[in-house]
Amino acid sequence: MLAYFDHAATTPMVEPAITALNNQLKKLGNASSLHSAGRSVRKDLEQGREEIALAIDCAPSEVIFTASGTEANNLAIKGLFWKGAKDNKKVIITSTFEHHAVMDSIVWLAEHEGAQIVGIKVDRKGFIDLTELKEAVEKHKGKVALISIMHSNNEVGTIEDIAQIVKIAGDIPVHSDCVQSFGKVDLSFKKLGVTAATISAHKVGGPLGVAALILKQGLDIEPILHGGGQERDIRSGTFNAPGIVAFAAAATDAVANKKERDIKIRQLKQELVNTVKKNVSNIWVNGSQENCLPGIVSITFPKTDSEGLLLLLDAEGIACSTGSACSAGVQRPSHVLLAMGLTEDETTSTLRFSLSYTNTVNEIAKLGAVISSIVTKSRAAMVK
Amino acid sequence: MKKLKVIAAMSGGVDSAVAAARAVDAGYEVVGVHLALSSNPQKYRSGARGCCTIEDSHDARRAADVIGIPFYIWDMAEEFHKGVVENFLSEYQAGRTPNPCLRCNEKIKFEAVLDRAKGLGFDGVVTGHYAITKDSPAGKTLHRAADPGKDQSYVLAVLRTDQIAGAIFPLGDTVKTDTRKEAKKRGLFVANKPDSHDICFVPSGDNAGWLRERLGSESGDIVDGDGKKLGEHKGAYTYTIGQRRGLNLTVPDKTGEPRYVLKIEPKSNTVVVGTHEELAINSILAAPPTWCGTAPEINKELRGFAQVRAHGVPLPCNYKFDGTNLIANLDQPVFGLATGQALAIYDGDRVVGSATINETI
Repeated sequence: MLAYFDHAATTPMVEPAITALNNQLKKLGNASSLHSAGRSVRKDLEQGREEIALAIDCAPSEVIFTASGTEANNLAIKGLFWKGAKDNKKVIITSTFEHHAVMDSIVWLAEHEGAQIVGIKVDRKGFIDLTELKEAVEKHKGKVALISIMHSNNEVGTIEDIAQIVKIAGDIPVHSDCVQSFGKVDLSFKKLGVTAATISAHKVGGPLGVAALILKQGLDIEPILHGGGQERDIRSGTFNAPGIVAFAAAATDAVANKKERDIKIRQLKQELVNTVKKNVSNIWVNGSQENCLPGIVSITFPKTDSEGLLLLLDAEGIACSTGSACSAGVQRPSHVLLAMGLTEDETTSTLRFSLSYTNTVNEIAKLGAVISSIVTKSRAAMVK
Repeated sequence: MKKLKVIAAMSGGVDSAVAAARAVDAGYEVVGVHLALSSNPQKYRSGARGCCTIEDSHDARRAADVIGIPFYIWDMAEEFHKGVVENFLSEYQAGRTPNPCLRCNEKIKFEAVLDRAKGLGFDGVVTGHYAITKDSPAGKTLHRAADPGKDQSYVLAVLRTDQIAGAIFPLGDTVKTDTRKEAKKRGLFVANKPDSHDICFVPSGDNAGWLRERLGSESGDIVDGDGKKLGEHKGAYTYTIGQRRGLNLTVPDKTGEPRYVLKIEPKSNTVVVGTHEELAINSILAAPPTWCGTAPEINKELRGFAQVRAHGVPLPCNYKFDGTNLIANLDQPVFGLATGQALAIYDGDRVVGSATINETI
């Protein structure tokens, strides 16, 4: 039996989502068609939109469906930048430890569209420096197209104070990548006050291939994809009705059970950390364990190599993850951990364990039974 | 009995894929590993047929999936640069002609990878090389492959006994065409993938151009054996011993005979040319030796075969080890032999040892 500690990568679909997906797959009709078959699918889809709006506390018309979180991040960042650039606002303020979907979109804008990047540093605990943010906003007054800062970090799980960031931003549009937070912690689009937020289905028990950009009502941004203009003329492409209704079912399920799952996952995470600490000395957990997601924990095993650890854990039927890999699959030092002040060697000896309520203490015991010898082997392979 | 655990080095080509599959059939617990050797893997060359492309890493992963083994990519770029690329450059700078594939086997596949594999608890490394190992009382010995056209024992002759002990070559008894047939039968789509021929880190295949870019191109004299200037060259290290074409000599030979590169002298930045007869080599001095088994008795004259090129013919010779140099006296001269290449000595089909050629007479 696989001990799966990689739920931040993707997590099993929940039953209500599987049922919704299966039922919808059997239905004929393009939601944009005017006939009865189309109308029927449209009805299901719009109900899904309303459920998602309820889950993240926004208006249904603020939900723009996309095919991935990456697409939603690209759409928000490029759209808001191009909007600002019309008024000669070309500065983008962001943190130094965003997900690649955010970071690389911004870098692309700098390389191709003349954007100026201002990266706000993060501290060892995994929180961005709000004073530096304030100074940056003042320094670039009238020139900032957008601020994009993640709600929670995908590698270490720390939660940023987005409401405070919005206050500091004043009238500057704020986008927040909420992919890891949605369905896990309290998240209200209205209360946060952001302009745009990204959420994704497959991180909350929905299917792959569907996500959403929550974008403030009445705000028009340049699309990336051109075509039928199905989503407020901001996103084109045939509606993925089965994906959307399954996303809605998963989101509803996640929000309804959030409180109870949160307690369980935090207990499991503590158990995992205790188990690893009991078996391996001198390890440490990266990032604050206060103001953090329930299920993500980043652990550094000094003087090991995380590729080797992962290989040996995999051979024992234990799944977790290392930092990031390039397109060819070569492990790179995690920019998140580097931004937090770890050395390159420390970043490449770090594993991320991400848990869900479906994990068990037996899975953690399985990890506990092998982790010590695996760390020893990895250290042996590092000699030379 | 506990299964032996091995790492299968998978380049993304047909040979290493079939080798990995055979290791599984033989009862090993196999983990596939693709080596990332480019110093900037984000910008892997694409479309090239070397061993450093994104396509190759995908092909290797796909083959591992079809075979049903775990698959990982190991970043060996730093080790590769230090052990192979830098050596390649410094050898050319010294007027020698190195063999990077041989260095890669010595420093990467059967050192960096084998060491890491052993550290992680594995028993050996499987590759798709065409060579055979046999058990003997003195340990494993290295032999020529069954397919003489594909035999790669020459580029493995540089391995020490302990490295050979950790090496597994499942294709040694197979001819290449059968490897392709087997790949097809196993559902490996790399069955028809072309063989790689180029030096994998020279993307264009333009070795001279690649060297010029890195080592500069200071022009100098092309001279005859008496030191008389016959023309100019565009960087001495871009020439190879025995080279005839591309010399662009302005002064013709008295007899009208073609002229060949005899020597490259990096210190004076000159290229010495002469006749075909002058290319003849009868004796080879090489060092330091690596023995694939017990070292021969010092100064004992032995009979064997010398091989001086990757797919060169075995040259009958007397050889001896004088304590420093491995010396081969050839029965028949060989023409156009560059220093920096390896001299491999065979006893029949068994590799006795090898060393880098330092001097030719």
